[in-house]
Amino acid sequence: MNVVKIKKDFPILERTIHDGKCLVYLDSAATSQKPRSIIQAMDNYYNKYNANVHRGIHLLAEEATQMYELARKKIAAFVGVKDSSQIIFTRNTTESINLIARTWGWKYLNEGDVILTTEMEHHSNIVPWFTLAKERKLIVKFIKITNEGKLNQKHYQNLLELKPKIVAFTHISNVLGTINPAKKMIELAHQAGAITVVDGAQSVPHLSVRIDDLGADFYAFSAHKMCGPTGIGILFGKKELLEKMPSFLGGGDMIKKVTFDGFSTNSIPYKFEAGTPAIAQAIGFGAAVDYLSSIGMERIFAHEKTLIKYAMESLPDIPGIKIIGPSAEDRGGVISFTIDQIHPHDVAQILDESGIAVRAGHHCAMPLHEKLHLIASTRASFYLYNTKDDIDELKMGLLRVHKVFN
Amino acid sequence: MDDLYREIIIDHYKNPRHKGRVDKSDFSFEDENPLCGDHIQIELRVDESQNVVEAKFDGHGCAISISAADLLLDSIVGKSIEDLKKLKKQDILDLLGIELSPVRLKCALLSLKVLKAAVYELQEADDNLA
Repeated sequence: MNVVKIKKDFPILERTIHDGKCLVYLDSAATSQKPRSIIQAMDNYYNKYNANVHRGIHLLAEEATQMYELARKKIAAFVGVKDSSQIIFTRNTTESINLIARTWGWKYLNEGDVILTTEMEHHSNIVPWFTLAKERKLIVKFIKITNEGKLNQKHYQNLLELKPKIVAFTHISNVLGTINPAKKMIELAHQAGAITVVDGAQSVPHLSVRIDDLGADFYAFSAHKMCGPTGIGILFGKKELLEKMPSFLGGGDMIKKVTFDGFSTNSIPYKFEAGTPAIAQAIGFGAAVDYLSSIGMERIFAHEKTLIKYAMESLPDIPGIKIIGPSAEDRGGVISFTIDQIHPHDVAQILDESGIAVRAGHHCAMPLHEKLHLIASTRASFYLYNTKDDIDELKMGLLRVHKVFN
Repeated sequence: MDDLYREIIIDHYKNPRHKGRVDKSDFSFEDENPLCGDHIQIELRVDESQNVVEAKFDGHGCAISISAADLLLDSIVGKSIEDLKKLKKQDILDLLGIELSPVRLKCALLSLKVLKAAVYELQEADDNLA
């Protein structure tokens, strides 16, 4: 993979910050940078065929609708989904998971039902279930993590004996980087009679995900972590589930017919897309999957594996560093750590002064930090435009952090 | 970087003079910064004319929030409760001697927010007072 060439696709990576320092962007797990082709695709829509979708009988509206629907088809193909009517545009992963809780959850769950999630989840795969549990008197249980930072599969199997209705888990942890055995976990959930909700926010950007093959009932992800724009995400749902679910938001586009007595809902996916959607963003999302496909997800994943391996070998040299999570073999391009006696905010601040962007805090995973007895951590995350040089910069930056405090 | 992590800040972070608890405090309050989980508790003891004779803080946080707390408490011993009510954001910045981004300003002002809640005997901290 030619990273030098790839870097040139991203205008922002030419930027210098803090008096001429090159930007070393190691915060792609929060949001990725955007290549020129995606920015241009959205510009093109606004400059040349800006119109609302699905209703106009004029050329611009037809072009906009065509591009919007083409994006849906491209995204479906990108994640291995044959029937693109199962691909619903949402705002982001968070909204996708909330949609399931608000529709499927409301309709099918009753007092005393069990929802399984895990100790390594992002808040967006915990809070919607807590909210639902409170309203419907449900029980939320957490699959434990091992000392290594993987899901304890034995504990999972024990919890399945409670006959949960939903098993909700992340495909890749945004803090530990752990890649969970999604296919196996989905099989086990189905054997126990549960439906599965997979948070794919950190997986779809980094590895080849084939949703039909995984067998997930619901699978959620966001465009902005995979070179696309903010404000748009996907909820994949199995057709038979989506068709039986009540609608989510009510308004235009999601209806078939409205009378003074009530309404009937549109067919899927439109039933779940009320109001004018994020059209430019959908088109940008389509361009993002084109871009990633042109490079190849297998190559991107292999590149990140090389980087994480290098980082896991190189960073332990920093005095007082403790790396959280499993070995390089079991993780994606995410590395979170603490440094003795130095608060992660101070680490991030000093790195920033050197032009290095990392994240500090609890990364929207407070329960996980509680489990690890940490108040916060510092996280560096990699993507296709990062290089070993970036990791060397990080290492030098961390040595500077150490020097400031010692 | 050299500015933000001046020697005085690192010194007060590593060797805080006012860390601990006050026996029989007259004023106390604790709060946290939800963004980073920093937690500060402040306890004060005053004499009969309402002047601070002892000020301590406890908790955890980044170098900016801990050194700000320590420098703040250093500056208030001997002052009256009425004086403390007049403290402003700029007083903290003057103590630290640095400029801060909006995010880090929250770290620096946590202790002032807690101190104000303590002296006004509030149930809940008020951002507007700090």
